[in-house]
Amino acid sequence: MKAGENNLRSKIRALTDNGVTALAILATALVIAPLVAIFGYLIFKGATSLNLAFFTQIPKPVGVAGGGMANAILGSAILLAVASVLGVPIGIGGGIYLAEFGRGTKLANAVRFTADVLNGVPSIVMGLAAYSLIVLPQGHFSALSGGVALGIMMIPTVCRTTEEMLMMVPHAVREAALALGVPNWRSVLSITVRTASPGIITGCMLAFARVAGETAPLIFTALGNAFWSSSLNQPIAALPLQIWIYAQSPYDDWHRLAWAGALVLIVLIVVAVSLVRYVTSRGVLKGAS
Amino acid sequence: MGVGIEVTNLNAWYGTNHTLQDINLHIPANHATALIGPSGCGKSTFVRCINRMHETNPIARVTGSVRIGGLDIYADAKPVEIRRRVGMVFQRPNPFPTMSIYDNVAAGLKLNGYSNRHALDEIVERSLKDSALWDEVKDDLKKKSGASLSGGQQQRLCIARALAVDPEVLLMDEPASALDPVSTSKIEDLIFQLKSQYTIVIVTHNMQQAARVAEKTGFFLNGRMVEFDSTHKIFTNPSDKRTEDYITGRFG
Repeated sequence: MKAGENNLRSKIRALTDNGVTALAILATALVIAPLVAIFGYLIFKGATSLNLAFFTQIPKPVGVAGGGMANAILGSAILLAVASVLGVPIGIGGGIYLAEFGRGTKLANAVRFTADVLNGVPSIVMGLAAYSLIVLPQGHFSALSGGVALGIMMIPTVCRTTEEMLMMVPHAVREAALALGVPNWRSVLSITVRTASPGIITGCMLAFARVAGETAPLIFTALGNAFWSSSLNQPIAALPLQIWIYAQSPYDDWHRLAWAGALVLIVLIVVAVSLVRYVTSRGVLKGAS
Repeated sequence: MGVGIEVTNLNAWYGTNHTLQDINLHIPANHATALIGPSGCGKSTFVRCINRMHETNPIARVTGSVRIGGLDIYADAKPVEIRRRVGMVFQRPNPFPTMSIYDNVAAGLKLNGYSNRHALDEIVERSLKDSALWDEVKDDLKKKSGASLSGGQQQRLCIARALAVDPEVLLMDEPASALDPVSTSKIEDLIFQLKSQYTIVIVTHNMQQAARVAEKTGFFLNGRMVEFDSTHKIFTNPSDKRTEDYITGRFG
């Protein structure tokens, strides 16, 4: 091979390399752009309406200045707590079954298929389901029914991520436990699940963040509430609901509050997810993978 | 103390694949016994039949009997009981990645409900000393993950983990094949010391290794045990032509 030809080839190679790198950077920018744009616009529109009153007061009547969404922040926290109490254990339990005990069985295939279908069910249908299951028999709207609707929505995401994370645990790790004379159930709970726990926690956080912003399932269930309420048996306010109501109103005051609410919702989700990540990463040892 | 192992008419299958055929042998107590043979000859399946790990694969099946110190492990005991008496070290080091060095060694006891902290401390220290790892890790016992150690250290950690449950037999499935020569020689020294307390069965592809550490050697080929004798005899004057062909490097 001649020197000139060699030179040309290496130039083409360098050019291709740069081209592909540029494409990758472009793709990354396209992924991040919407997030940055939304967040920036929220800050632009909503930050000016944020003040102490927003976090301490409940909504004021139209025309009365001030007022905040303190009750909606509390309401969202309660709804998400109920949803997590329902969705996380059932989802993780289902995922453990799919990955460890039911592998290859017909029941497991049916469960997996159901979870995937459930994941695709429109969120308003979840609200209707909770409405007919809890609201109708009880005869009134309630925080409980809203939390249940959100919790059911969390189950498929948590379940499938748990399954996938458990499947990624190397076979050698399971064998190591079994070879020590550890019963299978114990090995699954104390070794496999523990090894997969960072991924499982990520899955739970994803599901949590997704339902935190849901409005549709709450319309027929939690209903919304303009006053303080922390009772599971009463209608309750929620940030997304409050934003929806304010955004639909014809009043500029309320529009500004809606923007502020959206900003607070996003920030609270980020804070909650970061907090869980921080707390769960504290126990991780040096060099653990 | 180690105990002897009596294997009678052992047959094993993976699905329709008859991987072990009519194996009969006596593995002496407190000695190291090496199993050699080409890949796929059934050596690994054989050791996995001794602690009933074979049957963790749903398509696997076993017939025949294995007696460990008089106990028929297939007729008279549950798999978890057997595995506590028969420790195993695998080809690739497999420490529990999320556990500290200490917890890795204590895992077998802790997961079986043993919780006397003082006694655990002693057992962990003794096991790590027995596996010649103590001096290298004693300052990081609870700080570092088992996965942070080097490959050779991880393998000695796995040996310590197996020793901590106080087994009678130690099965080693090519324990040094993924390690560098220095780590390999440390493992071999270890086998030499450990056989005073345990009955050791070691699968190896490295014939020099078999010659260095084992008193007895068995040669496996195509699911059958061709020859079982003292290591010296196998390597200097084998009675079977196939054994001779293998150890002189004519195949495998």
